[in-house]
Formats: sequence, C-alpha cells, structure tokens
Amino acid sequence: MAPRGRGGGRAGPRGRRVVPRRAVPVSPRRRREPEFISYYGRPILNEPVWAATDIAGYFFLGGMAGASSLLAAGAELTDRPALARASKVGALGAISLSLVALVHDLGRPARFLNMLRVFKPTSPMSVGVWVLGAYAPAAGIAAASDLTGIARPAGRAAAAGAAALGPVVASYTSVLMCNTAIPAWHEGYREMPFVFVASAASAAAGLALVAVPCDQAGPARTLAVAGAVGELAASHRLTSRLGLVADTYDTGRAGTLIKAAKVMTAAGAVLGATAGRRTRPASMVAGAALLAASACTRFGIFAAGVASARDPKYVVAPQRERRASATPAA
Amino acid sequence: MSDFTLPVHHDGADPARDTGYVDPPPRMGFFTDTSICIGCKACEVACKEWNEVPEDGLEWTGMSFDNTQGLSADSWRHVAFIEQPAVAEDGKDFRWLMASDVCKHCTHAACLDVCPTGALFRTEFGTVVVQDDVCNGCGYCVPACPYGVVAIRESDGGAHKCTLCYDRLEVGQEPACAKACPTDSIQFGELETLRARAGERVEALHAAGVEEAQLYGHDPEDGVGGDGAFFLLLDEPEVYGLPPDPVVTTRDLASMWRHAGAAAGALVLVVGASFLGGRSR
Repeated sequence: MAPRGRGGGRAGPRGRRVVPRRAVPVSPRRRREPEFISYYGRPILNEPVWAATDIAGYFFLGGMAGASSLLAAGAELTDRPALARASKVGALGAISLSLVALVHDLGRPARFLNMLRVFKPTSPMSVGVWVLGAYAPAAGIAAASDLTGIARPAGRAAAAGAAALGPVVASYTSVLMCNTAIPAWHEGYREMPFVFVASAASAAAGLALVAVPCDQAGPARTLAVAGAVGELAASHRLTSRLGLVADTYDTGRAGTLIKAAKVMTAAGAVLGATAGRRTRPASMVAGAALLAASACTRFGIFAAGVASARDPKYVVAPQRERRASATPAA
Repeated sequence: MSDFTLPVHHDGADPARDTGYVDPPPRMGFFTDTSICIGCKACEVACKEWNEVPEDGLEWTGMSFDNTQGLSADSWRHVAFIEQPAVAEDGKDFRWLMASDVCKHCTHAACLDVCPTGALFRTEFGTVVVQDDVCNGCGYCVPACPYGVVAIRESDGGAHKCTLCYDRLEVGQEPACAKACPTDSIQFGELETLRARAGERVEALHAAGVEEAQLYGHDPEDGVGGDGAFFLLLDEPEVYGLPPDPVVTTRDLASMWRHAGAAAGALVLVVGASFLGGRSR
C-alpha cells in the first residue's frame, strides 16, 4: 500500500493520528519480554571491537597479577618463601602476558607507547596504562631478585611497591569496563569492582595452590574460600539488581561461562580447603579449578556486555523505564 | 577522594570554553528537521565526497530501501528509512519516515572523555573531532558512545566519525551535508539560533495538528548535556534507532572509582586476614 499524499507520520491536519504497530519483530525470548520498538531490530550501540581473548584475557591476567603481588607480600612477612616466590613469579608472568594481550589488541607496540603521551583522569584506560607502567617493572624486579638472590633490598622494596599497586591493578579494569555505554557493564558498576577483585583473589589463590607445597599454602586456601564467597555474593547482587539486562548474564555464551565459573569457584574452594590441605594433587586440582573459574568469569562478563549491546532491547527498554520513572518526580 | 571533580561536569553548555578556549566562536551545530527529509541521501554522498570517506558496501540489505543501515566509520551521515505498516484511525495505512542521522557532538562527550591518547578533542566550535594520526585504535570510544556512532575502520584500524566538517568550518563554510541538503532538512548554524528555530518549528507543527513532532537531543539538561547535533522527530527516538535516554557514563566515574577503591581495600583486608591465625606448617 503506497503512502498517501501525507506520509503516515504527518497526518495531522485531517485528524488522523497514525499509531505505529510493533513494526520490528523482536527476537523470541523466554521471559519478561518488554514492549519495545527499534529500527529493524538493528543494534543502537556499537559493540566493543575488542577481541575477547585479548581483553577478557587481559582482565583475568591483570587481576591474577595484582592479587598475587599482595599474596607475595604477606608470604614474605610471614616467612613463607615458596609462596612468596610462586606469587612473585606468577605476578610477573601474568602481567607480562597481559601486556602482550593488550599490545596484540592494539596491533603494534608503538600504539601502547602512544598512550603515554597524555594522562587523562577521565579515561580509566589512561589511568591504567600509567599504573601498569609503575606496577610491571616493580613486579619484574621483585620476581627477578627473588629468583636470582641479587639486590635483595631492592627486591623487597619492589615487592612492597607491587603489593601497594596490586589492588589497583586488580580493580581498575572494572572501572574501565563500566565506564562505557554497554548496559550489562555500566548498570553493574557498583558491584563489578567486587566481582573483579574477588575473581582476582581466586586466581591468585588458585595459582598458589597449584605451585606451592601444602605446608606453605595455608593463606592461599583461606583466600580461595574468601574469594569464592565474595565472588558468588557480588555476582548474585549484580544480577539481582540489573532487571532485564541480567538476562545477558544468564543466557547464551555468557550464561554458560558464568555458570561454569560458579561451579568451579565453589568446587575449587571447597576442595582446596578440605583435601587440598593434605595432598598436593588435590591442592593442584583445586587451584586449577579456581584459575579456570576466574578466567570464565571474565570471559562471561565480557560476553554478557557484547550481548547487551547487540540487542536493542537492552538499551531501549531500561532507558524507557528510567525516563518513565523520572518524569513524575520532575 | 570525595573532592574528586571531573572536567566533564561544568555547568555551562559551552563546551569550548569549558575545555579552555579563551575566546571561542559561538558553538556551532546541526538541527536536522526530519519532517522535511525526502530521503535523497545527498547528505551521505556529499559527506563521503568531501571527507574522502571510503565506500562501505554497495549491496541491498533486504530490510528496506535503506542500504546504509547505520552510522559507521565509513558512514558519517545515515539516512534512516522507516517503512512500516501503521494503523490509522480510519483504517490501515503505511508510513514512511526519513531521518538523516549523524554524530551528536555531545556537550559531555563520552568518546572524548575515555580516549587515552588525546586523539579525540574538542574544537573551538564546541564540536568533537578525531585526529587520525594520533588515534591508536584502542577502541575505547566505540562502546563508550551512548549513541553507537564512533567506530573503528578496518582498513586503517583507527576510529572515525563525523567531524562536522571542521576543515570547512575553519574557513567559514557550512558542512558538506548541510550544503547538499535540497530541502534544508539539515540546517547548520549557531546552536542557540538553531534551538530557537527548532522550538518554533515544533510549535508550528503542533498547531498544524502534528502532535507527534518532538525535539530530540536539544535539552541541555539531558544525560549528555544536550547535543551539538539535534533532531526534530515524528515518532519516538527508538523508532529511528536512537536511544531514548542516553547518558555520558563518565558522570558516574567518581562513584565508580569509589566503588573500585572500596573493592581494592577489601582485597587488602581479605588477603591480610588470610595470613592471620596459626601457621599451618
């Protein structure tokens, strides 16, 4: 049917109010299907161009490094040399790999250096680059000194520095993610840092359980339990507060990864705290489960964000709701 | 920490002055009146020609006569064709809306806030421009944009979007799309003048019975502090592929850092507590 002289939307003068039907078929979903309209179902937001292996991998490795540096400091203070060494070496390895992942995502190393031309407090990525610029050398010196026995005082100072910056390295990436328009990330900005540090704690504890004899891994076992409890609690709070957008954490690739993460987190912590106390193989299995769980958490959160950008429903419906609830008060 | 203020939170709607320009020219922008858009796509073509934006696929999509589909690194103007069956009070009808979309040049621009290299900058006209030779392709601006405008071009790995023809503005010319628009659907000028004109146009349409006419992106109180490129629409924003209530997420950044700080503190405490208690060895 051709449009008449007056296009549908401009049919005012003769009093014909034209009401659009739901014009765009929305993807069939299971529950709480909101009423919404979009432009041929096309996304409103651009999804992240970041490769999941590079950037979710970077978040996982950075978290593991940051929390490991903290664990190493505790181990040094309480005279657990094997735990200290494994955590320092683990931190160095993880942060080095994470920088490789970052550079790989950018394309070439010069682009990383290009970020050091400015410091912008409004850009968590800029803040992060400078923090990494201080943290990575500290982690490197700490590990090198521990392994070689050279320059012990400098090594201790570097280890302390890495421990001071570790919590920042483990948490800033949550701000980096949440300071975007991606609904599944931004809407969860209150809980995301807690999910991130808890996941980082699990990873660092997991690494220690794999690499350290049982008699020195006591704090790592405790940390594994604390990290697991923290991660499960923070994740639960995150998804229970998100409303419609929580779907992106429960379904699809993200849903699979996050369910796997939860199972492995709980299993790893329980195994580590029980059989892991007595036998090295059990400790190593528990540690491996925690490491895998932490990686799955990061990849799952990443996938949820992509899913929330891809379907305009997650942009339109919450924003409509927000506007509707704001209007009467105004 | 509590005194942490961000440069994006200036009260005035004069982003050039807020950025530090001492005596900038008036803020310039676009008013796109979609009620008189005829969907000719002259704006898309003029933009590509002037800015040497590469071709981005010449195939029919099958979804409509819109073969551009949306804004991208290689489409800085996009004419949406809304072809819909609609129900009129006097029976069935069909409606066809057209609207030329573009970068909004937000007062509080998320892309500019998050750019870690300074490749994105605020011009003296209050617009937002990417410097190709500085951009390192990190892609942070892409998910940061609440309108889904800025994107990475595959061929050069850099971020690209509408510059509001910065090079033409500098020599007193209007942007290529506005110049090419045959119906004056795209109007370029001082933002204040455009806002006044848009207000009059909406009133005229309402008086003529077009109750659905509404402005979008004109309000300095909205989540992005108002847009340098705003629109007159004949339906809700999402019908055109626009977000109903976009916000610059940087406005929550101080709170985000506080939450991250609390989480980092919790990590220190928990790791510390893990070492308490009896030595297990």
